[in-house]
Amino acid sequence: MDSSLASTALYEQHRSLGARLVPFAGYQMPVQYEGIVAEHTAVRERVGLFDVSHMGELFLTGPNALGFVDSLVSNAVHAMPVGRALYTVCANERGTILDDLIIYRLGDEEVLVICNAGNLEKISTYFGAKAAEAGVPFEDRSASLSLMALQGPKAEATLRAAGGGAFADLGTFHILRGELSGVPTIAARTGYTGEDGFEICVPNEGAVKVWRALLAAGAEFGIAPVGLGARDTLRLEARLSLYGNDIDETTNAYEAGLAWVVKLDGPDFVGKQALAKIKAEGVHRKLVGFEMRGRGIARHGYPFVDEAGAEIGIVTSGSPSPTLKKNIGLGYVPKAMSQVGTPLRVLIRGKAIEAEVVKTPFYKRAK
Amino acid sequence: MSQVPTDLRYTKDHEWARPEGKLIRVGVTAYAVEQLGDVTLIDLPPTGSDLQVQERFGDIESVKTVSEVFAPVSGEVVEVNTDLEESPELVNEGPYDKGWLILVRPSEPGEFERLMDARTYEDYLGSLEG
Repeated sequence: MDSSLASTALYEQHRSLGARLVPFAGYQMPVQYEGIVAEHTAVRERVGLFDVSHMGELFLTGPNALGFVDSLVSNAVHAMPVGRALYTVCANERGTILDDLIIYRLGDEEVLVICNAGNLEKISTYFGAKAAEAGVPFEDRSASLSLMALQGPKAEATLRAAGGGAFADLGTFHILRGELSGVPTIAARTGYTGEDGFEICVPNEGAVKVWRALLAAGAEFGIAPVGLGARDTLRLEARLSLYGNDIDETTNAYEAGLAWVVKLDGPDFVGKQALAKIKAEGVHRKLVGFEMRGRGIARHGYPFVDEAGAEIGIVTSGSPSPTLKKNIGLGYVPKAMSQVGTPLRVLIRGKAIEAEVVKTPFYKRAK
Repeated sequence: MSQVPTDLRYTKDHEWARPEGKLIRVGVTAYAVEQLGDVTLIDLPPTGSDLQVQERFGDIESVKTVSEVFAPVSGEVVEVNTDLEESPELVNEGPYDKGWLILVRPSEPGEFERLMDARTYEDYLGSLEG
């Protein structure tokens, strides 16, 4: 084992469950247990439990906490009531994306920012420096907090069976502070799979207890531990962006199809002017969903080519879809080629393989 | 530890080779399949292709990755497992039998003997687990 890698509080649980662990964002993380397809199916049909403790948790407090966070992100954080969560991007002055975040309004004067593991250092440094300037108390508690995701049609029943009835009653994008198995818990009805579910934040010292309680409570519903492999296929089917693949510091929210998290009519935020300009001028390219028509699997970084073989775009995510049994992907194409039904060609190991722009999300759960 | 049948020969890239009369059947090992996970697509050469030893002759795609397969011996591809086109999961289900990849008529008789035997391959796997 690479000693430079950190472990989450659940590392031994993963080992004993037979996980294959891989380095990810500086952590030893489970990529799969039983197998990606089996785990993917468990979440779509039953319920799955993920360790996502590698993600970052940043706390802002004080009377200016909400306004401070609002000034750094594109969505309307200022309009959030206490007890709600909100998805947003955090843009830079050029309007491109530093990270995508979930903001929890925990209290009148307390805001929690959940950021991507791969961006934790960047975002923690950035928020910390800005908070110091603004005189807003800031604390990065990523190293002492664990985060689990409980996802799937039986997530609510599992949480209820684990004694988390108050959390199970939450509405979508609502959050609640309380206790689970005697462990202080912040739970949100959010997720990254396209299914109903919860994200559950606990101190490291209580993580094993909560993890085991959820697995035990979910046993009657067929719960499975789920690794990062299935997390990626689940989020792709639901067309949820992955930072570093579909969005990064070279892409903006408008071309990424995230216009809905940019609120230009509210208070100023970093990148607002640039985004207003991008919106006024219109984007040149768009992130589209596509299905392979020919035999092949598009992968991150493969080019789209025209008939002459010239590169016209780039695949940002691609995978077989375990639910749809098709090969799907996301990628940037010229705006003129972004309509549903437009034929595309993906260059796969030197061969141009046919694909087609399709409607997204690829998968949508029945309400 | 992965299953390593004693009657096969192996490569460092986790292909196996089984002599069948004058022909050699080729597939990937249980270890390779465990590393790959759920196989979803397999590209193999057409029958009649001439392969050089260690030449890449195909690609195996799983949900997460694509990996290349290399010829354990030189020779002509006389048969391809066409069942894999519709059912690539056969490689997961039976890497040493119904998940075989190609049947080769070897052109360099000495190459097969130079492949690892089961015990050597097991030691090699042990060294990878390190």
